[in-house]
Amino acid sequence: MKRPRKVIVIGGGLGGLWSALRVAEAGFQVEIFSLFEVKRSHSVCAQGGINACFDTKGERDSVWQHITDTLKGGAYLANQPPVKSMCEEAPGIIHTFERMGVTFSRTAEGLLDLRLFGGVKNRRTVFAGASTGQQLLYGVDQEVRRQEALGRIQKYEWWEFLSLVKDGQGVCKGIVAMNLRSMDVKRFRADAVILATGGMGQVFGHRSTNSTNSTGAAACRVYQQGAWYANCEFFQFHPTAMLGDDKTRLMSEAARGEGGRIWVPKEPDDKRKPAQIPEQDRFYFLEEWYPSYGNTVPRDLASRAIWKVVHEMGLGVGGEDKVYLDLTHLNPGFIEQRLHAILDIYRKFHGTDPVHEPMEIYPSAHYAMGGLWVDFEKDPSTGGMRPGSPRNHATNIPGLYACGECDYGYHGANRLGANSLLSASFSGRVAGEAVANYLLGLEDDLNSVPEGPYEDEIVRQKSINQNLAASNGRENPYTLHHELGEIMSSKVGVVRDNENLRQAIDSLQELEQRSRSVDMRACQAWSNQGLVYTRQLQEMIRLGQVIACSALARDECRGAHYKPAFELPTPVDAYPGDPAYEAFREQWKKQNSDWLKTTIAERTTSGPKISFQEIDLSVLAPEEPRDYR
Amino acid sequence: MGKKILLRIRRQDTPYSPAYWQRFSIPYREGHNIVSALKTIREHPITAEGELVDPVAWEFNCMEEVCGACSMVINGRPRQACSTLVDSLEQPITLEPLSKFPVVRDLMVDRSKLFSDLKRVRAWIEIDGAWDTHQGAPRISPQAWKENYLYSRCMSCGCCMQACPQYAVEKAFVGPAALAAVRLMNSHPTGSYHKQQRLHAIMAEGGLSDCGNAQNCVRVCPKQIPLTTAIGELGRQTTLQLFRDLFGKSD
Repeated sequence: MKRPRKVIVIGGGLGGLWSALRVAEAGFQVEIFSLFEVKRSHSVCAQGGINACFDTKGERDSVWQHITDTLKGGAYLANQPPVKSMCEEAPGIIHTFERMGVTFSRTAEGLLDLRLFGGVKNRRTVFAGASTGQQLLYGVDQEVRRQEALGRIQKYEWWEFLSLVKDGQGVCKGIVAMNLRSMDVKRFRADAVILATGGMGQVFGHRSTNSTNSTGAAACRVYQQGAWYANCEFFQFHPTAMLGDDKTRLMSEAARGEGGRIWVPKEPDDKRKPAQIPEQDRFYFLEEWYPSYGNTVPRDLASRAIWKVVHEMGLGVGGEDKVYLDLTHLNPGFIEQRLHAILDIYRKFHGTDPVHEPMEIYPSAHYAMGGLWVDFEKDPSTGGMRPGSPRNHATNIPGLYACGECDYGYHGANRLGANSLLSASFSGRVAGEAVANYLLGLEDDLNSVPEGPYEDEIVRQKSINQNLAASNGRENPYTLHHELGEIMSSKVGVVRDNENLRQAIDSLQELEQRSRSVDMRACQAWSNQGLVYTRQLQEMIRLGQVIACSALARDECRGAHYKPAFELPTPVDAYPGDPAYEAFREQWKKQNSDWLKTTIAERTTSGPKISFQEIDLSVLAPEEPRDYR
Repeated sequence: MGKKILLRIRRQDTPYSPAYWQRFSIPYREGHNIVSALKTIREHPITAEGELVDPVAWEFNCMEEVCGACSMVINGRPRQACSTLVDSLEQPITLEPLSKFPVVRDLMVDRSKLFSDLKRVRAWIEIDGAWDTHQGAPRISPQAWKENYLYSRCMSCGCCMQACPQYAVEKAFVGPAALAAVRLMNSHPTGSYHKQQRLHAIMAEGGLSDCGNAQNCVRVCPKQIPLTTAIGELGRQTTLQLFRDLFGKSD
């Protein structure tokens, strides 16, 4: 009997587990590799909800509006057919989650409740309290456990992906991975590999809402083996993260969706406690600058507004980098039920109660819109993605697929809140189905790939480990990570300019050199966390260079990428139809003809090579600039 | 000399080597939690006696008490290291690995039993597949949601097992978390179709009857999950099931 085809999924968050399920359901063997028990993946940190149009709030919401909001919110930078398919299939995804047992919050009549999120005007966000990501991941995790019990899925937890193995034709035929306990380096054959390794927020050091394992290292490893990165300059800074020396913790956008207001005292040296500052002495800047969306403008606008209030106007609370996110005017019982999870986090880590005292927040690195480049096949009959096409979510390395936050697919230049749980789930499902069909088209037997390429890769990886373990330089990897975070936050952050970006690239190259001479004397061979960390750090530094080089190449402002020197400001007090606005629209279109392109980063020996690729704009022509006033 | 934070950490180099204690002293900083304190030690792994040692190994990920990774015994109590603020603790702060699971290294333990027990009790909803069935799922009342949501926040951290006098890796008992998962799955509208299988799983060896009713689990759960309420409800469900089994009633 022929051996069943086998697929390796790397990463056990929402994207990875969804893809694993769909591959297993198609009758193929799946092996999931994860750095830890998959249930601890970063998907659990998503709080506010997941978008899907149900239109159950009497607002005449529509799938088309979801598509439009997503494309416009992303400043038209996303390829449109995949976005169309994602929004159309969102309600079906939610129903599947319900069937898996996810405890979505309910209305009085037992329907899925919906809440408001940023960048939209209708309530479209399904949620499970303020721990939606946790509940969604557990739903899929349970189904994967069931498949495991049936013998269709096998988990390799506590294994770190190190590199791909390709056959003579350059087709991906497996991986080399390291056991994080014994530190053994082994090869695993596979007919296809799906990378679902999540975000890369740790590149910004502790000024990120990401989990400590969201380093982007795995994706950076396949980048060095020839996979392309796309749109890496687009990194979302979440406007409302709580401050912290070890981590900036996310305070969900749901806080604003449920009525939370952002403000600062009008007087910079106002010493009063927030509760004692009367309404007329408060500056609700988002409501003032964006009257129609108010506190629920998209995240890039909110983050820049906060940056402006703090850095340009000098109005940060107490002269520091922080502003208030205020829930104190809302009904305590209501917010406790809707936002319990985040209130709990704030109380535990900050020690004050957001029900009685405004939260202190500041923007923080949150989500990579960019990531590994992936393909899609358009279905001309629907204008969306062709279901099941093996091209969907395929990287440029044959046999390697990517899904979830580590791909670049759905969010263009800025992601709308509550679209990430959707894209992670949807892309996982699509990637799983694509791989199943890719396997059906494969002719050669996996066993016909000679052992040579596997052995070579094991030798290469072992020697990297040995050299590093023997390193007795002077650098401290943990300190280098702080430095990396400082460089990225200060020079490749919310506001960018070319001079700073060039400096950042130089500093990162220097940092990469220094990361080769670390002090590894006090690290023994069993469960060597220092070695693992240093290898991840080196990838993060390389990834930082990809981000900085991509940012340097794009001389415009678009979504999360903001270079004031190239800003095309929306004319004040002019609206569509006014001559000033129409002149602006023309300039904006001119800018689009130059810059409305996907940024591709390809590894060369002299650093990332940047090029641009056309975007499929066949669903919604870019006629309307983003305007959230 | 400024203010210091003193820690005593139980260490173990490999699963098979003896444990030993080391003391560390780090500069005081406001807002330090146990994970950030351990990160400080990791960066400068020097004991209070001035000796350079292997950095302490431990597990952590989300740092906001939702992933369940960083469970350890802190001053005698099992809890999440990330959300335990140094200022709330008496010093020297004692850190130990969860003792109910095999030590991997230092504060890292192997919690795989916890996940295999979820398999044993069939903690999932049977679905035909993760594809669209083109119809909505059953409605759920807000009251039922409110109760279920409490249980769905279990992050498999292992604190309840650590506190449970009946739980041990070498014993069959599945522990409070797996039982609460059965309670949650049984209450789902279609999950209840397979209630019987789950109840039979916990009526077997290592199931509900191994609970000694010490009620420690509910006191240490970082998510305040009403574990003992779940166990009480399951007592009723299994009793009814027993009668059904005896008298041959299908439902």
